[in-house]
Amino acid sequence: MSVAPRLQVDNLTVGYQLNGRWLDAVRHASFSVRAGETLGIVGESGSGKSTLVQAVMHYLGANGAIRSGAVSLDGEDLAEKSTHEMREIWGAKLSMVPQDPYSALNPSLKIGEQIAEISRRHMGLVGEAALEKAVETLRDVRIADPGDVTRRYPHQLSGGMQQRVAIAMALSTDPRLLILDEPTTSLDVTTEAAVLDLFQELLQRTSCATLFVTHNLGVIARMADRVAVMYAGELMEIAPVRELFRRPLLPYTVQLLGCVPRLGQGKREVELPTIPGNIPSLRDMPTGCVFAPRCPLAIDICRAERPKLEEARPGHAVACHRWRDVEAGAMPEQAVVRPARDLSAQNGTASSTAPLLEIDNLRVQFRRGNFIDSLIDPKKRSPVRAVDGVSLQVGRGLTVGLVGESGSGKTTLARSVVGLVDPTSGKIAMLSAELPHRAVQREQETLRHLQMVFQQPEESLNPYHTVGETLRAPLVQLAGKDTADADEQVRALLRAVHLPEDYAGRLPAELSGGEKQRVAIARAFAADPDLIVCDEPVSALDVSVQASVLNLLVELQKSRGTAYLFISHDLAVVGYLADVIAVIYLGYIMEISDANGFFAGPHHPYTEALLSSIPVPDPDAKPTRIHLEGDVPSAVAIPSGCRFHTRCPRYLGAICKDVEPPWMTTPEGRQYRCHIPPDELAQVQTSAVPD
Amino acid sequence: MLRFVRRFRLAFRGAPLATAGAVGVAFFLFVALIGPFLTPYDPVVNSFSERLQPASALHIMGTDNFGRDILARVMYGGRNMLVLTGSATTVAVAVGLAVGLLIGYTGGWLDEIVMRVFDSLLALPALMLTLLLTRSLGPNRFTLLVAIVVLYIPIVARVIRSVVLDLKTKSYIEAAVLGGQSRFRILAREVLPGVLPALAVEASLRFSYAIFLVASLSYLGIGVSRPEPDWGLMVFEARDWYALAPWVLFWPAVSIVFLVVSVNLLSDGLRRFFQYSGSTP
Repeated sequence: MSVAPRLQVDNLTVGYQLNGRWLDAVRHASFSVRAGETLGIVGESGSGKSTLVQAVMHYLGANGAIRSGAVSLDGEDLAEKSTHEMREIWGAKLSMVPQDPYSALNPSLKIGEQIAEISRRHMGLVGEAALEKAVETLRDVRIADPGDVTRRYPHQLSGGMQQRVAIAMALSTDPRLLILDEPTTSLDVTTEAAVLDLFQELLQRTSCATLFVTHNLGVIARMADRVAVMYAGELMEIAPVRELFRRPLLPYTVQLLGCVPRLGQGKREVELPTIPGNIPSLRDMPTGCVFAPRCPLAIDICRAERPKLEEARPGHAVACHRWRDVEAGAMPEQAVVRPARDLSAQNGTASSTAPLLEIDNLRVQFRRGNFIDSLIDPKKRSPVRAVDGVSLQVGRGLTVGLVGESGSGKTTLARSVVGLVDPTSGKIAMLSAELPHRAVQREQETLRHLQMVFQQPEESLNPYHTVGETLRAPLVQLAGKDTADADEQVRALLRAVHLPEDYAGRLPAELSGGEKQRVAIARAFAADPDLIVCDEPVSALDVSVQASVLNLLVELQKSRGTAYLFISHDLAVVGYLADVIAVIYLGYIMEISDANGFFAGPHHPYTEALLSSIPVPDPDAKPTRIHLEGDVPSAVAIPSGCRFHTRCPRYLGAICKDVEPPWMTTPEGRQYRCHIPPDELAQVQTSAVPD
Repeated sequence: MLRFVRRFRLAFRGAPLATAGAVGVAFFLFVALIGPFLTPYDPVVNSFSERLQPASALHIMGTDNFGRDILARVMYGGRNMLVLTGSATTVAVAVGLAVGLLIGYTGGWLDEIVMRVFDSLLALPALMLTLLLTRSLGPNRFTLLVAIVVLYIPIVARVIRSVVLDLKTKSYIEAAVLGGQSRFRILAREVLPGVLPALAVEASLRFSYAIFLVASLSYLGIGVSRPEPDWGLMVFEARDWYALAPWVLFWPAVSIVFLVVSVNLLSDGLRRFFQYSGSTP
């Protein structure tokens, strides 16, 4: 411990000036990072984690400033430096990997040129030497053909490759401090797993100190040596990663860890714990502990006096008046895991009646360019095959979860079911009655029974309409209510989604993301539909909010018997909510199974890869077993035979390449498309696991 | 009504330039409305005994080469100007809004055809179009009105169309489609409010350009003919006299500048007014 820390942050307060008033987004943050150490900074949106790292980098927006405190890198105070002086430090001693690599790379410069630029600027390399260094740097980040990549432009690379390039650039100067700001958030899980592997390997080799900022507890558990938990602009707990995940002392941390749905946790077994309330606004900070308004342990002192960060155990600091009680087990048990509600009533209706929704061999193709383009460029004649022959059934009152990575066609499928996308061929039927393809051609009665919840809460409510107006529209139009009746119904709907009735008069700008999504859910439920298509309804929400929205969906399904077609990229979320899980890859269903026992396997190799890629919020979890090579192929040129053969970890040989695999059925009723029969698949998959 | 006033206050508070613009426009409207009733002078009757008099208690802005009171001419001219450009802009903006909403939301062939027609209209120089119209309709205010309307409909429609194309992809529009609402209702209830901020800016821009256009055209002798009181025409007539009597040129020119600047400043306030509350930037 005698070695001075690489990065030392003391009592840092960072504010933004808005209309002549200072709003402090980060207050009194102190921490240090040693060489070779990775400090994870975890927090929900609005926690100030991005502001904190921007302040560390001395790269705040025009209206932001370090109000007090010090940031020193190797004993040099960065807070004092001018932008001019910082230019010698940025890129050389301090570098960063951004969240969105595409916007961080210059679209008009070749990759090699961009990397060479850094070594010319900071390492004094000239001409060819700089380009050679670029090739070498790319080889370090495991890019297969670095020479070729240096000659390409950013848009010619996939997201995963772009992120590798951004990592290569950040590490090329051998920085003293590396800042990773949500570096894998915009990537798919399989790509994320590969990038995290790369980070782990690279960080072991270098001696740089690393700040790893993320909202994802699974990623933090895997990457960090120590973790700092931020809430509402304050650093509230900091501890070694194992200690934090095993024995958290801050009520917020305890609850946050509880909110994450675990793989294999189903709605029948547990109700997800949630954190009631919202993160406080910067304009309206509580006088005491910032978490007190939401804390189950809050007592008078918590509301009156702000707790100081104190060392509770060696290396484990916490800012809480009641950490001793937390240590003694005072956190109310029901706030951590609640027993399941009885959902068995719903099970009975499962397979007894005809399916509510039937999708039969549905194909959706998009033409690229117009007719004239296709005459000029033969390549544009082949369409994008977004959904490529999907058959799926949704039973009454059940949830079918559809999981896939980006580009798998899951959203296109969802949108064609509700009629927002025009399918090329195939059939969609509800209660055996075939539906017209486009929503505008469908009967009001059909629309009434088929609703949708969209991904982006920000876009799903009209910013000019009050919540009441938004909810009234479907009540009047689809459910045929008169005005007085509709108003009563609006109040009932708000109650059903656990929002105060006076929210009817609010505009969306006055709601948080989670509240907006609740209103969107209420709107979908307004006309009492039979089926709601949910397109990633929780992916834009923070974990604590996500848990309460998932609970709400389960509760509404139980009370109203509505079926869901639930689309998500997150297997844990789908696993929690679904009765039937379908895995989709390149517009094609690869595996479909009852959710009960889904996680037991054996799985289609793609599902297997997905499952093992998910970062688990447990520092002792086994690292990724299966790595998927390459990227999802383009939906224009779908591979022959089994469309997964180009990336398959269980590739057999020519048969996979040439012959489309048949449906296989396991004794438990799981269906998948692969040439490997169930018993063999089970064998290879269990033998691959060391335990 | 109270909500209206509150929003108005919210939009203009902390925006001194927009407020100045609003005050300026209100001033011109007031003068145009009331002014002609206050002045004893007739804007077109000559009075050779009072030629080219500088400002005095009788003639606050002085007189021109025909001895006419410049204040009276500026006020009558302002009234004519505001009536003409105001009505022309209103028609152009209303039609442009309707067309823009329709083609933007419908898309497809309709959009393609209408946009190409607009392109060919926009390719025609404003001056040439006005000259052609003057030939067929005669040199009068109505011709100018038609010219402005024809010239500005495509411009307004294009702006609105591009906003609609952006709004169309929002989930709340799709939710309205799934809510069984008719196309008209979706356009009126869901799309229109989102278009209003851009429309307000565009309308005030068009208004100020229309003022410029009318002034320029009458300066060039297209549109209004002597002895009518018209700012552009007054500037034109003042060319021969301004060395001798600068006020002849000064007042109409300053009026044009002030009105145009006020309208432009007002546009920012209008945009803020129509933006949904809670996010006044």
